[in-house]
Amino acid sequence: MADKTMTADDVAGRLRSGMTLGIGGWGSRRKPMALVRALLRSGVTDLTVVSYGGPDVGMLCAAGRVRRLVAPFATLDSVPLEPHFRAAREAGAIAMTELDEAMFMWGLHAAANRLPFMPVRAGLGSDVMRVNPELRTVRSPYGDGEEFVAAPALRLDAALVHLNRADRLGNGQYLGPDPYFDDLFCEAADEAYLSCERLVETGALTADAAPQTLLVPRHGVSGVVEAPGGAHFTSCAPDHARDEAFQRMYAATPWDGFAGRFLSGPDEHAYTRAVRAWHEERR
Amino acid sequence: MTAARPPVPAPSRAEYCVIACAEAWRDAGEVLASPMGPIPSLGARLARRTFSPDLLLTDGEALLVGPGGEVEGWLPYRRHLTMVTGGRRHVMMGASQLDRHGNQNISCVGDWARPARQLLGVRGAPVNTLNHPVSYWVPRHSRRVFVEQVDMVCGVGYDRAEGARFHRIPRVVTNLGVFDFETPDRSMRLRSLHPGVTVEEAREATGFPLAVSGRGPVPCTREPTAEELRLVREVLDPDGRREGEVGAR
Repeated sequence: MADKTMTADDVAGRLRSGMTLGIGGWGSRRKPMALVRALLRSGVTDLTVVSYGGPDVGMLCAAGRVRRLVAPFATLDSVPLEPHFRAAREAGAIAMTELDEAMFMWGLHAAANRLPFMPVRAGLGSDVMRVNPELRTVRSPYGDGEEFVAAPALRLDAALVHLNRADRLGNGQYLGPDPYFDDLFCEAADEAYLSCERLVETGALTADAAPQTLLVPRHGVSGVVEAPGGAHFTSCAPDHARDEAFQRMYAATPWDGFAGRFLSGPDEHAYTRAVRAWHEERR
Repeated sequence: MTAARPPVPAPSRAEYCVIACAEAWRDAGEVLASPMGPIPSLGARLARRTFSPDLLLTDGEALLVGPGGEVEGWLPYRRHLTMVTGGRRHVMMGASQLDRHGNQNISCVGDWARPARQLLGVRGAPVNTLNHPVSYWVPRHSRRVFVEQVDMVCGVGYDRAEGARFHRIPRVVTNLGVFDFETPDRSMRLRSLHPGVTVEEAREATGFPLAVSGRGPVPCTREPTAEELRLVREVLDPDGRREGEVGAR
C-alpha cells in the first residue's frame, strides 16, 4: 500500500501556477492553513481559488496569488469582514465569481458526480445572475415546468483540506461537529491533499471514534501531511479553538508587517515559533 | 414586615425589539429559527420558551439544542442547506441595504465590479429568499440602509420574485418599528411603531416613500408580558447585551 505522507512544501511543489484550487473548511473554521502557508512560500500564483472563504482567501489575495476567486463570501466569523479580501476587491485586484452558498455546494456536487451542472432553486431574481452573465438556467422537463439555475460544476485541479486525524494511506477523519464540505472538495478535484492534526495507524482511527467520522477515503487523496496546529489561527474542533487574539491582530496588521514577522521563515516550524513568541510578548 | 418590592423598570427600546423579533416566529410550527445577531437570537429563544415551543434552535454551530442547551439533533452546514431548500426554516437576516420591495444587500456597496466597500458577499441570501420565509433585522434604521435601490440584490424582493413558489418576507424589524410588505404593490409598510417613535421619525429615516397601514394611528409594538420581561432580563440576557445593540430608550 502506498505511503502518501509528504511535507506541506512537497504539496506546494506539486501545484502549478494557473491552477484551479479548492480550499476546504468554512470561514475561519478548519482551514488548511499550513498548506496555504506552504503555498505562500512557493512561487505558485495566478490561481483560481474556490472556497467558502476565510483567511485562506485573505492571505492568498494579500500576497497577490489570486487571479479569480469563486466564493459566496469571505469572513473571519468572529471578525465579520476579511480585511485583505476587502482590500483586493476594492482595489480591483482580483476577478470574482460570486455564487450563493447553495449554488456553490451544488457546483461541487456536480463536479464530484462528473455532471456539467446541477439544478438549484437559488440565484434567480438576485444579482448573482447579473454579475455572472455566463450562468444559465434550465426548465424542469416534468409537469411543474419550474425554472432553475444550472449551477455549473466546480471542477478543481487540486483540493486542500485539513482534518483532525489521518493515516499514511490518505484516509481522513474529522472529530469536530461539522464536516463542512471537505469530502466534496476532494471528490471534485483531480488531486486532493490532506493535512491533519495527527497522523495515526489505520486501526487507531476507529479505536475511539465511530466509522462515520471517516470523512475522506484514501482513493481520492494524493498526499497526506502531518501538521499539528495546521489550521491555526482558524478553529479545528475538538483539537483547538480559533486563536481569537491572533486573528484580531491579523485583521488589524498591515499585510507586509504580518507576513514579514510570521510568514517569512523557511517552514511551518518557523511560523509556530513566531506565533509562540507573539503570545509570550503579550503576557 | 416585608420591604416593598422595587418597581419593575419599563421595557427598554431593545426589549420592544426583542418582542418584535420573537413575534416573527409566532405560529411558525416545527421549523428552524435562524436568527442573525443578538436581538433576533434573544427573540427566537424567547419565542421558543413561550408561544412557539416547537421551534428548532441551533447552538450557533452544528447542533440543534433545546431550551436548556441539551442536544437534540445534528445540523452541519450541508444539512442546514437541505433544511433551507426543504423550506422548514425562517431566518431573520441582517441587511446592509434594503429597498421598498424587500431586496436586500450584504455583498458590497457601490459598483460590484469594483466596490467602494466590499462586505460579506451574497452568502445564502439568494437561496434563502427563494425557499422559505426571510425576515430582516436592522438595528439602526437610516437612509443609508433603507435605500431607493440596493447596489447588489442578494436577498430577492417581491418585485423580482415573480413565479418563486416559496418566496415570503414576513417582516422587517428595526430599532424604530415593525414593517411588512402587505400593500397591493408589495412595498414596505409601517406596521407598528415602538413606543416613543413617531411616524415622521420613521419616514425621515427611510430613503423611499414609506407606506403606512390603515387610516387610524399606527399601532404600537405590543408590550412584553411580565413573564416575557422576566425571561429576557433574568434568564436569557442577564448581562444586558441587548442594550448595546440599539441604544437604551
